[in-house]
Amino acid sequence: MTATTLPSLAIARRLPNLWDLVAVVVVFGALIGGLHVAQGTLVPIDTPGATEVSLDPSHLPEYAVRTTLRMFAALFASLLFTFTYGTAAAKSRRLGLVLVPVLDILQSVPILGFLTFTVVFFMRLFPGNVLGLEFAAIFAIFTSQAWNMAFSLYQSLRTVPADLAEASVSFHLTAWQRFWRLEVPFAVPGLVWNTMMSMSGGWFFVVASEAVSVGDNTWKLPGIGSYVAMALEQRDIAAVLYAILAMLVVILLYDQLLFRPLVAWSARFRFETTASSTASDPWMLRLLRRTRLLALGGHTVGRTLSAVGGMRLSFGLPRSATRLSPGKSRAVDVLCLVVLALAVGWAVWRLTSFAATELTWADLGQALLLGLITLVRVAVLMVLASLIWVPIGVWLGLRPVWARRAQPVAQFLAAFPANLLFPPFVLFIVHFQLDPDIWLTPLMVLGTQWYILFNVVAGAAAFPGDLREAATNFRIGGLLWWRKVMVPGIFTYYVTGAITASGGSWNAAIVAEVASWGDTKLTAHGLGAYIAAATDKGDMPRVVLGVAVMSAFVILFNRLLWHPLYAYAQRRLTLT
Amino acid sequence: MDAAVESLVRVSHCRQAYHKEANTDLVVLDDVNLSLREGEIVALLGRSGSGKSTLLRIVSGLLRPTAGEVLWRGRRLDGPADGVAMVFQSFALFPWLTVQENVELGLEARGVARAERERRAEGAIDLIGLGGFESAYPKELSGGMRQRVGLARALVVHPDLLLMDEPFSALDVLTAETLRTDLIDLWSDGRLPVKSVLMVTHNIEEAVLMCDRILVFSSNPGRVASELTVPFPHPRNRLNPEFRQMVDDIYALMTRRPKPEPRALTAEPVSPMATALPSRVGTNLISGLLETLAGEPYHGRADLPALAGALQYEADELLPLAEALQMLQLAVTEEGDIQITETGRRFVEAETDERKRIFAEALRTHVPLVRMIRQVLDERWNHRASAVRFREELEDHMSPDYADDTLRTVIGWGRYAELFSYDEEAEQFSLEDIA
Repeated sequence: MTATTLPSLAIARRLPNLWDLVAVVVVFGALIGGLHVAQGTLVPIDTPGATEVSLDPSHLPEYAVRTTLRMFAALFASLLFTFTYGTAAAKSRRLGLVLVPVLDILQSVPILGFLTFTVVFFMRLFPGNVLGLEFAAIFAIFTSQAWNMAFSLYQSLRTVPADLAEASVSFHLTAWQRFWRLEVPFAVPGLVWNTMMSMSGGWFFVVASEAVSVGDNTWKLPGIGSYVAMALEQRDIAAVLYAILAMLVVILLYDQLLFRPLVAWSARFRFETTASSTASDPWMLRLLRRTRLLALGGHTVGRTLSAVGGMRLSFGLPRSATRLSPGKSRAVDVLCLVVLALAVGWAVWRLTSFAATELTWADLGQALLLGLITLVRVAVLMVLASLIWVPIGVWLGLRPVWARRAQPVAQFLAAFPANLLFPPFVLFIVHFQLDPDIWLTPLMVLGTQWYILFNVVAGAAAFPGDLREAATNFRIGGLLWWRKVMVPGIFTYYVTGAITASGGSWNAAIVAEVASWGDTKLTAHGLGAYIAAATDKGDMPRVVLGVAVMSAFVILFNRLLWHPLYAYAQRRLTLT
Repeated sequence: MDAAVESLVRVSHCRQAYHKEANTDLVVLDDVNLSLREGEIVALLGRSGSGKSTLLRIVSGLLRPTAGEVLWRGRRLDGPADGVAMVFQSFALFPWLTVQENVELGLEARGVARAERERRAEGAIDLIGLGGFESAYPKELSGGMRQRVGLARALVVHPDLLLMDEPFSALDVLTAETLRTDLIDLWSDGRLPVKSVLMVTHNIEEAVLMCDRILVFSSNPGRVASELTVPFPHPRNRLNPEFRQMVDDIYALMTRRPKPEPRALTAEPVSPMATALPSRVGTNLISGLLETLAGEPYHGRADLPALAGALQYEADELLPLAEALQMLQLAVTEEGDIQITETGRRFVEAETDERKRIFAEALRTHVPLVRMIRQVLDERWNHRASAVRFREELEDHMSPDYADDTLRTVIGWGRYAELFSYDEEAEQFSLEDIA
């Protein structure tokens, strides 16, 4: 960029290289694939083949592309949601009063239960068109991705370092500039991490959302999810394996092509004052940096975006000095509270009148009882998973070589939709005539236990060497070592993992307490099965009741157990 | 009228108070007047918590004073002033921006075109000795280099007034000295693109070394206790006897007890909750200082600046310690000297248990808060009392931060003296384990 570069050298540097060729192929391939899929979404719903799925593996690549595009569409929607909702919640004190608790609840509501109704809604929006189904599927995936991303942005915006905030005011940055120069960069590492988690969570919903039945009609949107559903219906174990393989490839591809480079890139925004040793760049990032055409394009895009972020838009927001005594805004506060109280009152009235006509106290009692059964399941699973994965995680984490190998594997396993692994379990249970109430239970934790593992690995890897040496020096071993040395040391990490795992298990209950293989349908007693059954029957009041009770259980579980544990760990067991 | 035109900034009768639920307001700054002329470097010198940083933020427009007026070039200041740039104690660099981008930030905010921006940033970077580091990220730099970026970022906007908030206190001694002399050299050569500098510091020598005028602040509430003019030409020599004398004088100023409120123990008009205790003054520091004072070469009496130099303490670290000794009557300070008392000497000569007894006696006699906590504990049937209640009472008289510091100091002292024990989880004082 300096004027000292010789012209001849500059020309030589602009010549495309071999990497450019690769890049061109990749870019155009993706474009053509995308166009093909876009055509498929606009046809009427009764077009032959529009909502049919074939088990022929040769169709899998196309299905994989369609499913992936759905996921990215949902991701895009989640990002839009994140930047509007999260920003509003953080920037406006009054909106935050409502938006933050709502988000907290949304996080714990098992949206899976509402799938049928969202499908009906979107079908009415686009009558007779596949687009309605597409939107319904994308919306379902969106609901599994958006909340934690929005929460991450909200939390970052609320914890912007005070000195940087002061610096940006004193250098006269406008609200717009401040947002893009300070707040968003500060939020990037957390957001990238949560986006990755969301993408993993989304797979679980893909399988559930691509094949939907409303009443007597069943629609299958071409995609990996519906392929799996079809395979399960037709008892085709080979097809299930093909689907698993296709999914592996897709996950591997976007992990390598997108998320690895993103994570490496986002390390620059990590707020730390000392340089930490960083791992070498992933190959994709190196490719992007070395490919001249792509690098040039990226540079131009980056400069344009940077210019947009640097624009001096102010939106008339006051950038004046902080005032210390909020005086006149009291009246507005009161007004807001009154409006809020009225809205809540109306909602309560609507809910009670709705429930009174459709439900009885017995229904509530039944739902609560089933909720308790599911609660016992979740609790037992968490204990079992902890007993298994904590020792393994510690063993791995204390050996740096193994920790480095285990970490990506565990993350990958967490991303893998566990519902694909249900068929072997069902076969196993049917073959040995086992009790579904007990043997369906492990399915709930199949996909979520990995969060415990990789958090424990991270915790053990971060355990200070001098403390370990001290423990060895004083000959602390056996149970004492676990009780006084290791468990307190990794506890914060463990709780973080366990919160995610237990939340995920609740959500999985809806799918895991009912599993089918062809005509064989195994049902366990529990709130998940209750919701699933009500959904099948299109019994809206009971779905709402089931989901509400489950949300209440999740929230209570979080508030009464995990939050206090986490607060305790933060206060007492954080190594600083 | 003339003065108003001449001065860059004029602060008159400025008061900053935090509103409390009770009727009492927490006054951080009280009736502060300040005027800055072009061509001078002025220091705001005082102990931490004397409100000097608050005043700096008021001058910069980051904070609006509760009462009083700030005039910037004769006009009322409303929001961050143009022509003011700030250097932060913590550097406040954006870790995701390179050195160049950090420096350009202020220009970008003003809508300066890219080419012009790059040219001016280059100029500031070269001026401040950062050439070659343009594309580095802050985390790759040492503390000294980071603060140079902070300086370049402030200078590049060519501010009329440069504000510096303890700019060198996060740096090690050698690095800080290099930065100071570099800055003063640029200033003396007229190469700094600023008209005037206002800096906050708690380092007395730094103030005397760099500034033309020093405003010494007293604490609680913050007031300008005195104003001094430094008559020496640049470059200044720290070893010059006149320089030393001035440093000594300022120490004396800062250790002088406030004139009202003579410490009469019998008639106490103020509540036991109204006295803030110095933070981070542990019992080890107290014993250490007493032992040093009693031993060679001081034999019971030491010159504070000399003692600070020998212990490699800054005034800000030594003064709270001296104040604590004074409060406990283990030593007395006067005119920049510290003198051990009879009790202090007994303490030094005693063994651990006897030391604890002496300390406990001193606490009970001279620290009303300790006396009160112990009294409450003795009266309760279960000998337990919540710390929350004491904190709330303290907060009626001081800021939450001070209340916290005070409580923490009291807990540390009381535990050492075995007057009470404290359960952090439950936030409770008790008499458990107390003989």
